[in-house]
Amino acid sequence: MIGEALSYPFFQRALVAGLLASVACGVVGSLVVVRRIASISGGLSHAAFGGVGLGFLAGFDPLLGALGFGVASALGIGVAELRLRQGLDTLIAMIWAVGMAMGIIFVSLAPGDPPDLLGYLFGNILLVNPQYILLVLVLDLLIVGVVATLFRKLRAISFDGEFAWVIGVPVGPLFLLLLTLVALTVVILIRVVGVILVIALLTIPAAIARHWTDHLSRMMLMATAIGATSIALGLFLTFGLSMGPGIDLPTGPAIILLTAILFGLSAAGRYVIARGRSPGGVD
Amino acid sequence: MRPPQARVDMSSPLIQLTGVSVAQGDSIVLQDIDFELRTGDYVGIIGPNAGGKTTLLKVMLGLVRPQRGQVLAFGAPPREARGRIGYVPQYARFDADFPISVAEMVGIGRLGRRDRRRDRTADRISVERALTRLELAGVADVQVGELSGGQLQRALIARALVSEPEVLLLDEPTASLDTPIGRSVYDLLEELARDIPIVLVSHDIGVISRTVRTIACLNVRLHYHRSRELTPEMVEAVYGCPVDLVAHGVPHRVFETHTEADA
Repeated sequence: MIGEALSYPFFQRALVAGLLASVACGVVGSLVVVRRIASISGGLSHAAFGGVGLGFLAGFDPLLGALGFGVASALGIGVAELRLRQGLDTLIAMIWAVGMAMGIIFVSLAPGDPPDLLGYLFGNILLVNPQYILLVLVLDLLIVGVVATLFRKLRAISFDGEFAWVIGVPVGPLFLLLLTLVALTVVILIRVVGVILVIALLTIPAAIARHWTDHLSRMMLMATAIGATSIALGLFLTFGLSMGPGIDLPTGPAIILLTAILFGLSAAGRYVIARGRSPGGVD
Repeated sequence: MRPPQARVDMSSPLIQLTGVSVAQGDSIVLQDIDFELRTGDYVGIIGPNAGGKTTLLKVMLGLVRPQRGQVLAFGAPPREARGRIGYVPQYARFDADFPISVAEMVGIGRLGRRDRRRDRTADRISVERALTRLELAGVADVQVGELSGGQLQRALIARALVSEPEVLLLDEPTASLDTPIGRSVYDLLEELARDIPIVLVSHDIGVISRTVRTIACLNVRLHYHRSRELTPEMVEAVYGCPVDLVAHGVPHRVFETHTEADA
């Protein structure tokens, strides 16, 4: 079964793309989860939708539009948070709705048949374009390079930005850099695995990893491994169900449910261990 | 002709506030504050909750910009003195669930502006020394959220110390008070005060009067005469009525006795 699956080029591409995506999601997702801004992946992915619409309207590659809108939204909410202390959750909800609205308006203004917008929002991991695999590889190298270089400073600004500023760490620029990395990850991976799977891969593996380590660096490694395992399991499972009993499950949602089940098992495991340590029950 | 001096002239104030006022929303938090911190100072600032103590420290650090008045740290805007002023915030102001160990958190103090020549060995030795000095070596690998209040307080002091500050500002370091270790924290501060000037802020009059060299009172306005003596008039101006002194369990006598013994 596994050999058969691996003999299909579409399956190979999906597996490679998924494994590469789990690196970007594991590293960036850990930073997002510990900073408690997990909803930013939803906000930026929908903000990017405005750029997709503009691309259709003005006749350039929608991916460029999505990248532009995604990064601009990330920088916009970053500056608003730093300067106005607006509160990130409010800003995230705003770019989420405004981006979608702009996308819909741009598309309605475009002549001819409406394009497949849903395809842009909900990419399908089984239909990955080989060029995108290269793009995800570049994204991984960028993210791993930047985070490895600036790890201690990124951790410092996420933990206690005020103190980091006091000792002279460039908190503002680093925060904007972090948000830009999130935007690039979200926008590029939307086309590869779809927006729903991106949100899931950015948050659930990191949340599971947090159960088992108190170190941010190990959390990134574990989140990557958990994401990769879930993707591989999901791909083989849906392939097997399709070939064997003939049950056709959509792959992306199946992967998400797998990660959610893993999260439930992990949380239950933590609970049992915690209860074993303190005989009085939950502390 | 002598070469230009790298250090600030010893006679000029290290931190200087002139006519500083801060408003937040409709309420005035600090009004017309004049303050100087000089070499050798160990100043305790007392005042009621919401009297502006934390804001005053943040003004000195450049974290809060006053609407009126001038702030100078080492002769420049505090922003440019980042990394030279050590800061010990009130504890529990960050996410206690953050995946970071005590040693990692203390190590953040090494990340400052002056760290251009990063030396990981020196960083590690500095962190280990600070942990030992604050009796935290045993919990170096513990996640910060699992520390007791007093341990966390000491970890925050350790974090400030590894940045090798030229001035130290502490906000309410009273969590570990009246325990054997609490005593040693104040012994440590007294020891540090021999080398660097310290500003210590607290709502607890008793604590401050035991250790600092001069006392100021803050309740929106600052009452400071570079003296150790805490006059009933100062306390009354700040707390509204002298009954508060008794309510805090600290009779006037404590201050007077202390002043005489050390004068």
